[in-house]
Amino acid sequence: MALVEARDLVKRFGSLTAVDGISFSVERGEVVGFLGPNGAGKSTAMKIISGFLEPTSGEAWIDGHNSHTDPIAARRKLGYLPEGAPAYADMTVAAFLEFVAAMHGMTKAQANARLAELVDRIDLAGVWNQRIEALSKGFKRRVGIAQALVHDPDALILDEPTDGLDPIQKYEMRDLIRSIARQKAIIISTHILEEVEAVCTRAIIIAKGRMLADATPAELLSRAPAIGTLALALATADPQGAIDILAKHPGVGAVEIVQRHNGVTRLVVRTAKSRPSADEIAGLLGRSNISVTEFYVERATLDDVFRQITNHGAEN
Amino acid sequence: MRPVLLVFRREFAAYFSTPVAAVFLIVFLALAAGMAFLVSGFFDRGQADLSGFFFWHPWLYLVLMPAIAMRLWAEERRSGTIELLMTLPVQPWQIVVGKWLAAWAFAALALVLTMPLWITVNVLGSPDNGVILSSYLGSWLMAGAFLALAAAISALTKSQVLAFIGATAVSFLFVMAGFDLVIAAVRSWAPNFIVDAVRSMSFFAHFQHITDGVLELPSIIFFVSLIVFCLWLNVRIIEVKKAA
Repeated sequence: MALVEARDLVKRFGSLTAVDGISFSVERGEVVGFLGPNGAGKSTAMKIISGFLEPTSGEAWIDGHNSHTDPIAARRKLGYLPEGAPAYADMTVAAFLEFVAAMHGMTKAQANARLAELVDRIDLAGVWNQRIEALSKGFKRRVGIAQALVHDPDALILDEPTDGLDPIQKYEMRDLIRSIARQKAIIISTHILEEVEAVCTRAIIIAKGRMLADATPAELLSRAPAIGTLALALATADPQGAIDILAKHPGVGAVEIVQRHNGVTRLVVRTAKSRPSADEIAGLLGRSNISVTEFYVERATLDDVFRQITNHGAEN
Repeated sequence: MRPVLLVFRREFAAYFSTPVAAVFLIVFLALAAGMAFLVSGFFDRGQADLSGFFFWHPWLYLVLMPAIAMRLWAEERRSGTIELLMTLPVQPWQIVVGKWLAAWAFAALALVLTMPLWITVNVLGSPDNGVILSSYLGSWLMAGAFLALAAAISALTKSQVLAFIGATAVSFLFVMAGFDLVIAAVRSWAPNFIVDAVRSMSFFAHFQHITDGVLELPSIIFFVSLIVFCLWLNVRIIEVKKAA
């Protein structure tokens, strides 16, 4: 059995089905991104796997221990950062982390050794004796991560670990996640797509409680619609001939003139299914003695894939 | 047992993290002494005892104990820390008991701070110190019942205000259960055994038994079983909410 396993999780709140049949497993070494719009059911699914909420039906296991029938054993193996990184505002960072360590059954010596290591790694030394209520959002989030890592768990569930962080902090957080990824099974939720590309080995797309995709970021990208955009710069002041030639190509949709300046015309070409290659375009235009000075292909992003998949899911 | 102690320590320290604890203690002492001196006429009675002081405890606790306990669970729900706490590898009952113990210890501190009254009656006369000691212990035990009740109600909501109002309302029923007003209202429609059952739930009557030094054991058993029941209820509420 995988380190984290979820089977047919369903959670209903009254008439609302927040999670609707989610199944997946996460092996050691994997970082799985839960991707979805707000309210998609990401947090609810994480709350169920962590054992905080009981599912309406379905089961979840952490390292083979059922989150609900064997919760203590499951939680020993799990580090969990709940939504919003809650922590006791009235405690100092030190007191809070020592409390969590002790609740995990660590002795004072074990806790001190582990915390000394984490303080360095997560850069908490400067706020060690400050009250949590006085901390910035970034430090609060780091305290939340430290809390989840205190007992060096095999499985980690992090609900929006980079939410509210500035770009540098985000970068550091991703670095941290990557650095521990090899020994652990990690699930992070996010609605930032670049994060998935940056840290995840797999992405699970969730919308309206359902899983719409479970694939590597590369696989998802390959599902990107071929529809994209080419940007061209032509060494001519009169592009009409070029536009006529381009428009005849079956892979080309609309062609727009963006700028005419000093005998150079910039065009944006919307392409359909079979995008013409750079060679093809140079060849076509070269026959009319129009030379292409610049050629850009706008790469499909996970954003496009995400929008396509979630729209498709919404129609079902 | 260690998780119980850890939760206890955290919660007890939390009382002193804000000035609220000091304010509470001052209000408690002012009310307790004020009632004893002004309303019960401590000096005019010409008796060296503390019955005028203890007499008011059920009424004081009616508002003061919910104020101590309202935070215990409601604040965890409001701030989201309940998610953290309930996903630590400990049993829910250990957390429930640890939290209640912290509130109960805080109540003990408030009672200990009224000791100057005890010293005063000993300076002025020769009271029956056995009765005073058992009254103190009885008062503390009753405080424990109020707190267990209020803690369970606190687990129902994320609003401390609602927790306070709910706990005060339910406690009021328990305090009033022995009074003629309530008994008469119940007798008009209920059979005798229900009337007796309601009467036997009265905090006021049971506390009176303890301070009078009569029928102590049944009253002690009453408070202890009510505490155990409320703590069990507290655990159940948390488990049911998990599945909701």
